[in-house]
Amino acid sequence: MGALGGGGIIDKGGPCALAPLPMMDDQRFGLNRHAKLLGPLALDGGESLSPVEIAYESYGDLNSERSNVILICHALTMDQHVASPHPITGKPGWWMNMVGPDLPIDTNRFCVICPNVIGSCMGSSGPETDGGDGRPYGMRFPVITIRDMVRAQALLLEHLGIERIYAVIGGSMGGMLALSWAATFPDKVEAAMVIASTARHSAQNIAFHEVGRQAIMADPNWREGEYYGDGKAPDDGLAVARMAAHITYMSEQGLTEKFGRRLQGREEKSFGFDADFQIESYLRHQGLSFTDRFDANSYLYITRAMDYWDLAEDHGGVLASAFKATKSRFCLVSFDSDWLYPTAESKAIVHALNAAGAAVSFVELESPFGHDAFLLDTPGLDKVIDGFVKGGGL
Amino acid sequence: MSKLRPDLAIIAREVAEGSRVLDVGCGDGALMAVLRDYKKIDARGMELDRNNVFACVARGLPVIQGDADEDLVNYPDAAFDYAILSQTLQTTKRPDLMLDQLLRIGRRAFVSFPNFAHWRVRMSLLWGGRMPMTDELPDRWYDTPNIHHVTIDDFRALLEERGIAVDGAWFLRGRKTLKPTAANLFAEHAVFLLSRNRSK
Repeated sequence: MGALGGGGIIDKGGPCALAPLPMMDDQRFGLNRHAKLLGPLALDGGESLSPVEIAYESYGDLNSERSNVILICHALTMDQHVASPHPITGKPGWWMNMVGPDLPIDTNRFCVICPNVIGSCMGSSGPETDGGDGRPYGMRFPVITIRDMVRAQALLLEHLGIERIYAVIGGSMGGMLALSWAATFPDKVEAAMVIASTARHSAQNIAFHEVGRQAIMADPNWREGEYYGDGKAPDDGLAVARMAAHITYMSEQGLTEKFGRRLQGREEKSFGFDADFQIESYLRHQGLSFTDRFDANSYLYITRAMDYWDLAEDHGGVLASAFKATKSRFCLVSFDSDWLYPTAESKAIVHALNAAGAAVSFVELESPFGHDAFLLDTPGLDKVIDGFVKGGGL
Repeated sequence: MSKLRPDLAIIAREVAEGSRVLDVGCGDGALMAVLRDYKKIDARGMELDRNNVFACVARGLPVIQGDADEDLVNYPDAAFDYAILSQTLQTTKRPDLMLDQLLRIGRRAFVSFPNFAHWRVRMSLLWGGRMPMTDELPDRWYDTPNIHHVTIDDFRALLEERGIAVDGAWFLRGRKTLKPTAANLFAEHAVFLLSRNRSK
């Protein structure tokens, strides 16, 4: 299970009101876990989901008070493998630089739980899972929201016997989940850290997602989402969707530094439509490799959930009302070159939290790498996460 | 507490225990940490400098990176028992409007500033004929962040004009507290505790 894995429940002794906890062999904790929960989970769209399947991982041990849980919420195309190798690509976890022993999210001290969101394709309920009749849901899977994802995670925590979260941390879409957690379950969330995120999807955000969805649905292999089983998935459409989205994750400066106008493996322009430029080759590669690990229908569902995201809308149009009487601590982080969810979006959240009287920290970090900066070794990010996590007293 | 800058030490001493405080321009959070650790105060901060914000967050202090000139408007009325502005008034675009904001957000406000009428400053201008540079005001005229030099008497006149009440005033030379008599000549720093004048 590796240095991080095998996290179970340990009882450190001392007074404890809870029933004796099972020891390290608690099968609910560890890497590559999967829970099939009965539900039904009532969804914002009016439908319900039953059963609710959640794939997740945990790292580090739960303390006897069950008070040291850090919940990590992943971004659109990420997954539960926050600090363990991806099962398909074999690549290291997506936040290895932040989650682990003696790292800012210290698995020696905290029980880190990272669930795969519903709608995804990494083991949680989604278009690829069984719709109850032995066939994948496909487009019969109900349209879900960010809050639905959060409520599903709340079911998981209930299943794990966890009543309070020391901190919920997420970047990008994960930041939306962290905000939704704090707004939906204020009594469960002691602290929320929201990195490179937003309280609502803008017209521009929706526009880019729609380009991606249309690319998928225009692929003849999509077939109204009924492509499972015969090996012909809408990979071309999904690759284009990923290419368009990938541009939004990088800054102009970052692209220029990394690729400029440099040609790819040739001395001269080809006067054709090959990938002459390095940036073209890079994007094509990104698009193609994405199709190895992601499901096109999941991409439709999750981008839809993000487009429906508008936290103020659920609170009479006033964002501050979402955090009324909150006792949670908040920390917002933005990156100066992120034009997908720019600093102004984070500041709007900070202002709402100020208006609600919440304890909030905010910092804009410098990075040339745009939205992607939250996944990179951006100077200062480790310090801010470390400081904010320690600020909770554990 | 003794390690605090003298004006901050006065503020730390005078703030009521258990109150809610907004420290505007909180620097590395030195005052906030003392207020939290020794007086059970719920302290929030705002700071322009990113590295200072890091330092605050690393101490577990809730501090937002922001510009006092622009971001104070986003706080609700009377959200805090005290708003604190230490050594920053003279750097704001409109000190008069800043005072209004402080007393809108806080029921009371602590304001500290370097006194431009200190005798050393006066002598420097009188005899040297050049904009003064002292230990307290070490910057040159063109790169100083202090864009609104103010004296204690100027400040009192502004308070009078805007109907702001003085609930306390302390005058400093180094770490030494001076009597109010001739403070405008002998004090290097002043600390004022202000509140809205109820009659206005």
